[in-house]
Order: sequence, then structure tokens, then C-alpha cells
Amino acid sequence: MVDRLLRRGDGARAEAAEAEPVVPAINPDGDPKDVMWARVQLARNLRRPRTLELLSVMADDVIELHGDRLFGDDEAIVAGFATIGGHRVAVVGQQKGQDTEENVRRSFGMPHPEGYRKAMRIMELAERCGLPVVTFVDVPGAHPGPESEERGIAEAIARSVGLMTRLRTPIVTVITGEGGSGGALAIAVGDVVLALENAVYSVISPEGCASILWRTSDEAPTAALAMRMSAQDQQALGVVDEVIPEPPQGAHADPEETAQRLKTAIVRELDRLSGIPLDALVEQRYRRYRSLGAFEEIAAPAPTPTVPPRPGLAERLRGLIEAGQRAIPAPLPVGRRQEPPAREDV
Amino acid sequence: MPVKFPQFRSRRDAFPESLWTRCPSCEEQLFNKQLEKAMNVCPSCGHHFRLSAPLRLGQLLDEGSFEEHDSGLVSVDPLGFVDQKAYPDRVAAAQLATGLNDAAVWGLGRVDATRIAIVVMDFGFMGGSMGAVVGEKVARAAEAALAERLPLVVVSASGGARMQEGTLALMQLAKTMAALERLRDAGVPFVSVMSDPTTGGVFASYAAMGDVNLAEPNALIGFAGARVGAGTIGQELPPGFQRSEFLYSHGFVDRVVARADLRRELSLLLRYLVPRPLDALARPLEASVG
Repeated sequence: MVDRLLRRGDGARAEAAEAEPVVPAINPDGDPKDVMWARVQLARNLRRPRTLELLSVMADDVIELHGDRLFGDDEAIVAGFATIGGHRVAVVGQQKGQDTEENVRRSFGMPHPEGYRKAMRIMELAERCGLPVVTFVDVPGAHPGPESEERGIAEAIARSVGLMTRLRTPIVTVITGEGGSGGALAIAVGDVVLALENAVYSVISPEGCASILWRTSDEAPTAALAMRMSAQDQQALGVVDEVIPEPPQGAHADPEETAQRLKTAIVRELDRLSGIPLDALVEQRYRRYRSLGAFEEIAAPAPTPTVPPRPGLAERLRGLIEAGQRAIPAPLPVGRRQEPPAREDV
Repeated sequence: MPVKFPQFRSRRDAFPESLWTRCPSCEEQLFNKQLEKAMNVCPSCGHHFRLSAPLRLGQLLDEGSFEEHDSGLVSVDPLGFVDQKAYPDRVAAAQLATGLNDAAVWGLGRVDATRIAIVVMDFGFMGGSMGAVVGEKVARAAEAALAERLPLVVVSASGGARMQEGTLALMQLAKTMAALERLRDAGVPFVSVMSDPTTGGVFASYAAMGDVNLAEPNALIGFAGARVGAGTIGQELPPGFQRSEFLYSHGFVDRVVARADLRRELSLLLRYLVPRPLDALARPLEASVG
């Protein structure tokens, strides 16, 4: 595998570099919208190191495993075993391609259901073998096509999220690039969530958010800022626990240094988590996700929805008799039927 | 029996909205009272109109049995989110329009005398979107169901996660799934009912994960917006894509159930899913922990 990586390192990377637009420098004093958008561009950078590249630097004895045992093998997700700083771990990560050919093979990094089912298979295996799990998240979103829906992408994501909330082994998650909605969360439920400095994490792509709320995807930078999708913002919200600084020009400029910095943090967290009894660990993880989200509890009771009686026979008779007296519930949802359903396009 | 009017009479004021509703499917003008009696299903074509949470509860539960919990949960604005309108303004407008505090209502009630914990979503409240309040209510309902070993029923109607709460809304997928996994571990049944629409993050968490999944006919149920799917991938969409029947034929929905039959089917299912009262009493509570 390392050979394959190195081969790609020469030719393909040079090609990609030529085709690539100039990476915008982040000027922290500039317009916050531009700063945010520059981060999004960095997170999406074609040369940003992916799971396999990071592992080739930080891990030894990497062995990739394939297939979900149900349908096929999805190369948008890689999974297997690795040894990171002396810790034997199971690894699950998303893998975008670095040129068109590889991107086609890896569906541009957008996993199908079988990708998430492979991930679940490896995580369950890790649980049985007592191996911690390390996940690397970098995904624009789960694959949105018909075949993905036919094979149950939503079910696969839900099941994977559920599995990770109760998995009886430590989980370290790293957001390395794009944390694109449910497709990211499906492998990003962890005891600790790290993020690279220029990674982003959002509930919907900024383009999708803009096209729904601003009616044009041109407002994507505005949406990105409004959603506060940078790693630093996510840390402030408590979604991310720690932000790992990247080399000065960004992760793509020095993948090796990026991987070393990540390795230090991952090993430290693995050391820490391995000291926690499993019951306490799983309970802590439950509490972590149980407490995310902000709301208020107002003392005044809400307008208790009046429950109209079920229209049984007696009720129908009464309805006929009293039809004239009964008020028609004004805000029947039917009036809103004309506007297109608010969709989350992930 | 639909009342038919000739086309030339369909001036705007001929059908005041307070009295008439046009069926979006067959374009029939329906008298609201008649529609209400038919459980908001078009009598001429069977189109299932969306239901408000109170109407849904009224249709499913025994009369007067519903006891709402946590009705005082309200959204806050963790991101300071402003698009063309500030998020708190959108919430206030939705509260005014629906009389609800957020897009879900949960409580305890009875279906044919079987006690259940039930969550009902309301699409009229910001597209039924799931923010922290909806996630919290589903999680609390699941935890209450676990504590009392009551079956959980969730009726979904949602466009997905609430964008205005950013990744905190996304985290509700994990919050609700974490609570549901505990329910499953303890052997407490969960029935998911999907109504039009059930999409995005709601479908990709609890809605897809019922021990039994029911769906109303022709409901839009899917993960990614059809526009995104077609746009990004550039493929023709199969007929009936992301409708209940499509989900059924691909094995993700147990039964497509017309609204008129929903209560009866739910009641029948609960008779199999719920342990008999004596069993429930005999089972030590400790068994549900962990």
C-alpha cells in the first residue's frame, strides 16, 4: 500500500498541483466572510492529505480490509488495522481521490451505504478484539444518488451513528478536511473529536444552505460564516474538543508535518482513553452527545395542543350535528402546501 | 363524495381559504369540514395532507389520554444565525402560526388502552426541522420509554436538521440514536411512522430505525434532496423515487399504511411488541440498565 501511495505521490500530485487554483492565503484581519471561505477552500484542497496519506506517515503495519459482506466494497471509505505510536488500532477514514481517475473510483469521496456498512463491520470487529478505533473524516457528504437511496444510505448512517454511541472501545475522531453533514457524523461519533486547523464541519454544505435560505448558491460564503463551520467555531460550540494547528501554508503544503502533529495528539488521546474503564467510557460518550445542543426550558407551559377527539362513530354523529358551531382550525397545514418542502440537501 | 364545480367559477374569492382547500394532487376543491372528517385525506384521490401535531395525536390516541411532557422547551440561537431573517424571528413566527413551542410534541398516551410514549412532529413549524429541542424531546421520550418500559412511537414529518442551529442540529442525530440504542438494548420496542415528508437528518436517524417502520402512502421519504441528487450526479431519477412505495419495495419500510388504518395497525402491532402486563411486572427494572 505504501508503494502505491508513493507512486501516486509523484505523478498524480504534480498533475493536481498544476491544475489547481492558487490557494488563497488567510488574512486573519480581513473580512470574516473571506477568512471563512478561504478555510473552506483549504479544507477542500485537492492536495490535502487523506486518510491513507496520513497513515503512511503516522502508522506502521497498515493493513486495509475490504467489503461490507452485503453488497460490495466502497473505496470512498477505507478501513483496516494500523499501529499508531505503539497502539494497535482499527482505522476508518474517508478517502477522496487526487486525480480524476481515482476520484471516479472513490466516488469523489462520497460514500455509498456499503462504505458505512464496511465501517460498521470493522468497528464491531474492533470492539470484539479490544482495539480502539481511530476515524478520519473528510467528506463533502454521503453519496446523494438514486442507488445510494435504494440501498438505504439513511439507514446506514443512522445505524453507524447508533453503533458508535454504544461501541465498547475507545473512539478517537479527527476531522481532517470537510465534515459534511450526516455523511461525516456517521463515522465521527467519538470519545474525543479532534479537528485540523483548516477543517470545517457543517450540518449542510454552504452551497446547499445558501440555495435554501438565500435562494442562490452564490451566497455560500455568507452561509459558511453564518453556520460557523470553522474548526475554531466548532470548538467554541463544544462539537470539537481540540484544534490541531497545521503547518503555516496549510496541511497540503507539508503533509508529513501535519501527520506528525496529528499523531502526537492521537497517541496522547489513546493513552488517556485506554485508562478509562469501558463502562465509564461509554457512559461519558453518552453524556457528551446527550448534552449537545442549546435550548431553554420556560416555566410558563406551552400552549397545550388541544387534542381533538378521535372521530369514532359517536364523534362523527356529533360532528354532523354540531358542524355549524365548531370552528375550523385555521392553520391547517394545507395552505402551506404550495411552497416546496424545506429540504436538507446533504 | 366530492363536490364538483365548473372551472369558470374558480375565481379567487369563490373558494375562500377558510372554507375550501384545493387538493394539490387532483386539484379538486375540497370543503374543509369534509376534509377534516376524512382525516385530511382527499376523498377523491386519496392524497394525504400534512397533519399538525395536535390533529395527529387526536387521530392516533384514545380520547383524552394524552399527557404532554416538556412543553416548555424552546429553541435558543446558539450561532446568532441570520439569513434573510434572524433565527429567533423565524421561531417566533412559527410559534405564532402553529401554537407550538417547537416542531415536536412528546408525551404519554394510550392506543386502544396500551400505554405508549409518543413523539409527533409538526411540519408547519419551520418545516419540522430538528434542532436541539426536537432532539431533546425525542431523547427524553426514549429515556422515559426505557424507564417505564413503554413502547415508543415517533411520527416524523420533517425536512431534516435545522440549518440555523448548525452542527448542534447535526449532533441531534447522535443524541437521539444514543437514546434509541439504549432502548433497543433493553428490549423496549420502537415504532417509527413516517409521514410526508421525512427527509435529511431525521430520516438518517430515528425515523429509519424503528423496530417496525410504517409510512403513509406517497410520503416523500429520502436522505438527499432530489434536486441535489439529480444535479450532482446527473442521473435520471427512477419513477416514484423517494416515495413510501419506493422505500417499501427496497426493504426499508415494513408497511405502507393509509391514514384511516394507521391507528388500527398501530394497535395491532403493539399487541405483539409489548410484553403482557404480568411479564412487565415480573421483569426486574435492573435488567434495563446498561
